[in-house]
Amino acid sequence: MIIQGDTGDWEIVIGLEVHAQVISNAKLFSGAATAFGAEPNDQVSFVDAGFPGMLPVINEKCVEQAVRTGLGLKAQINLTSVFARKNYFYADLPQGYQISQYDMPIVGEGTLLIDLPDGSTRAIGIERLHLEQDAGKSIHDMHPSKSYIDLNRSGVALMEIVSKPDMRSPEEAGAYLTKLRTILRYLETCDGNMQEGSMRCDANVSVRPVGSTELRTRCEIKNVNSIRFVQQAIEFEARRHIDVYENGGEIKQETRLFDSVKGETRSMRSKEHAHDYRYFPDPDLLPLVVSQDLVDSIQATLPELPDEKKARFMAEYGLNAYDAGVMVAEKDSAEFFEGVAKGRDGKTAANWVMGDFFATMNSDAKYTWTNPPVTAENLGKMIDLIKDGTISTRLAKDVFIFMVESGKDPATIVEEKGLKQVTDTGAIEKAIDEVFAANPDKVAEVKGGKDKLMGWFVGQVMKATQGKANPGMLNELIAKKFKE
Amino acid sequence: MSELTKLTIAQARDKMAKGEFTAVELTEAHIKAMEAKRNLGAYIVETPDLAREQAKASDLRRQAGQAGALEGIPLGIKDLFCTKGVQTTAASHILEGFKPQYESTVSGKLLDAGSVMLGKLNLDEFAMGSSNMTSYFGKVTNPWKSKSDAAKQLVPGGSSGGSAAAVAARIAMGATGTDTGGSIRQPAAFCGITGIKPTYGRCSRWGVVAFASSLDQPGPMARDVRDCAIMLGAMAGHDSKDSTSAPMAVPNFEAALTGDIRGLKVGIPKEYRPDGLSDEIQQVWEQGIEWLKAAGATPVEITLPHTKYALPTYYIVAPAEASSNLARYDGVRFGLRVEGSSLDDMYKKTRAAGFGPEVRRRIMIGTYVLSAGYYDAYYSKAQKVRRLIADDFKKAFETVDVILTPTAPSAAFGMDENTDDPVTMWLNDVFTIPTSLAGLPGLSLPAGLNADGLPLGLQLIGRPFDEETVFKVAGVMESAAGFTATPEGV
Repeated sequence: MIIQGDTGDWEIVIGLEVHAQVISNAKLFSGAATAFGAEPNDQVSFVDAGFPGMLPVINEKCVEQAVRTGLGLKAQINLTSVFARKNYFYADLPQGYQISQYDMPIVGEGTLLIDLPDGSTRAIGIERLHLEQDAGKSIHDMHPSKSYIDLNRSGVALMEIVSKPDMRSPEEAGAYLTKLRTILRYLETCDGNMQEGSMRCDANVSVRPVGSTELRTRCEIKNVNSIRFVQQAIEFEARRHIDVYENGGEIKQETRLFDSVKGETRSMRSKEHAHDYRYFPDPDLLPLVVSQDLVDSIQATLPELPDEKKARFMAEYGLNAYDAGVMVAEKDSAEFFEGVAKGRDGKTAANWVMGDFFATMNSDAKYTWTNPPVTAENLGKMIDLIKDGTISTRLAKDVFIFMVESGKDPATIVEEKGLKQVTDTGAIEKAIDEVFAANPDKVAEVKGGKDKLMGWFVGQVMKATQGKANPGMLNELIAKKFKE
Repeated sequence: MSELTKLTIAQARDKMAKGEFTAVELTEAHIKAMEAKRNLGAYIVETPDLAREQAKASDLRRQAGQAGALEGIPLGIKDLFCTKGVQTTAASHILEGFKPQYESTVSGKLLDAGSVMLGKLNLDEFAMGSSNMTSYFGKVTNPWKSKSDAAKQLVPGGSSGGSAAAVAARIAMGATGTDTGGSIRQPAAFCGITGIKPTYGRCSRWGVVAFASSLDQPGPMARDVRDCAIMLGAMAGHDSKDSTSAPMAVPNFEAALTGDIRGLKVGIPKEYRPDGLSDEIQQVWEQGIEWLKAAGATPVEITLPHTKYALPTYYIVAPAEASSNLARYDGVRFGLRVEGSSLDDMYKKTRAAGFGPEVRRRIMIGTYVLSAGYYDAYYSKAQKVRRLIADDFKKAFETVDVILTPTAPSAAFGMDENTDDPVTMWLNDVFTIPTSLAGLPGLSLPAGLNADGLPLGLQLIGRPFDEETVFKVAGVMESAAGFTATPEGV
């Protein structure tokens, strides 16, 4: 995206830092539970609360999840990494330091392919992924002079995934977050729920004149809780930078907050003193060593990821890039589609899934992937009934609705409702004869050259057979009748 | 003074096994002695009721044939170990009134071995000190008196000063200590008892209030080598709750006391003879070498060239870790809180009121050496030097089996000495700190008395996880030294 300013054209430079909460039953360094929505301070061990003498012990599951994510991002896995303490005082940071990874993260450089609206893709660099503990939550609005602290989140494992400053528009940033979330969900390493805070994003934004390769001072916009807001915040921030530069000003490096109501970013209350986090290796923990065997075994259990799946859907089922992209956006939709399409015509399957099925799925919140309006098996069988001529595409629409209502399989519905299309020539001819007999004037008109009325006859006969006449046969027989 | 308090752990164990007296009787004798010697200030909290209860339970276990390694033995626990339901303070105002809901691994293991807890022993605040003068709960007095000046109050050393004084004064049969730079060995030497800092990782640090995590190591303090071996056997072992605890089997340390050290090579580091080392220390060291020679070992002069950098290295690494470890004492969740006008103000007031001067000094040093712009010059460099110091020992142990040095540069000093200059105080640990930096086992045992009748200690340093050789050599030295002196009134 190029922004036209008064002095020329500007380009936006965006890097994103995503904090993704690791899916694990226990916290990064304690056995306390991690489920969302528990009562405040209900999931806190003495370790999480920073009690005297308590020591962290790494949760291997979280390490595996980080490796898994690293592999999913085609990134380098560092077999030795080091946990460091990031020291600062805050009421919701019980130890007075956050255990994080500093100069030796568990995952190094990788790549993420973003899918752009025109069907093209672009590679965005991943700088690193490291494991760290989350802090607790401060609640300031429950008492006039005191703050409440909830330590349920304290110690929960996060993966901080840092991109390179490779994005050039809010749309690309949105595509990055969407794709990252898709990959995390495929990997089942983070649920990607931004509303619940299990995926949080900080955006680093700067601008530069088009053609320049410099990196100007960036501002960091903290904790924006939806993809749409991230895009809005980036756009606002970029325009602010351009305004400042074009008015002869300088951008100072700072942390800003996005106000989603006003749609603007603003400087965070400037802290009294800049933080010096005094990082040093945590002496309570040995360097984290991961064996190549473990990495290999995790690699072996990696699911087919969206990019590969998309390519396969295009090759195997003949989908176009857009349709394939829609299908693989969620692991569940891809699985559903494949359940329908396997052994059938892919395009027909895609049309049904993206058409009637998605429409119904989205029509009512009660439908989920574990409780879909129709099963992939039944939808597939229905397509088989179309193919073998048992029902017409038109009848199939009705069968689909009956399937949604009853949950029965399509063959049973066709049987019970008598929806089987009429392919008996005699029955159709009989219906044609009746229509002809009732409308001699219109028959004459057609014979006099008014071909347009042919369609009217087809409609009348179809109506007479309650829509069950095989449309192909009907057309053929009517044409034949007029030639007589 | 009851005869029962004069026994060693091994003697009491064997006599109770024969039914000569009960744990209740042994415990009562110690409770009485403990109460009679409150003037020493060795205990911060006495737990006589708990001790009686535990002693009763112990006698029942013995009757049921389930006696543990320390069945019925009354011990004192340094107040750095969290003890369930019993106030744990690290001798700091900031933790006053804190009663943990958990038991440290080491004190828990001692209870599991059948021991009885008499109370929580005094120490330097957060284990920072070599005199036990920095405790918020009052200084500890060394039970030993100088012959030349009997009125002079002597320090017991530190930081495990309460532990050393209690064991020396016979108001605990043994005690737990922790050693970060000499906190077991130096007070053991000052009080004429035996103490061992095991190899880093031998005993779990879980539930021990942290000072400097990469150096802290719990260990036993007792009247003789055998008692230390028995206690360490109960305290040691891998703990999955401490990532730095070593996954190694615990040997039978007592069985290592064979008395046979023929053919062993004993390293004598030439760097441990700094200018101005007192003659009496020099002499007791020479004497130690002679004893080992007589027992068939061979002294070998070795060099530990980076020794002189150990003290400055330690005083970067330990405060750096401490500055971070002590951040959790912020008034938010437990211990002292001094209200303030804002969160930052509350932090400042709480920590200013809660920490004593030595702790504040080390937090400031530690914060400084980790700061942006100073990290490389101090912390990072100190870590490199620490590696060199460890390499010195590694190299030395290619040729020798154990190293013999003095424990401290002097005998116990007066309470009014060394107090105005912290650096002079820090020099007390000059012989013990290198071992700590290298993570090696170091044992101090009493080897003789100086002209004032005060005990002097010698230190034996071993290979990593080779406490057995250390104990074996210490046992031989102990026999040769025949150290039977006791403080006045014991």
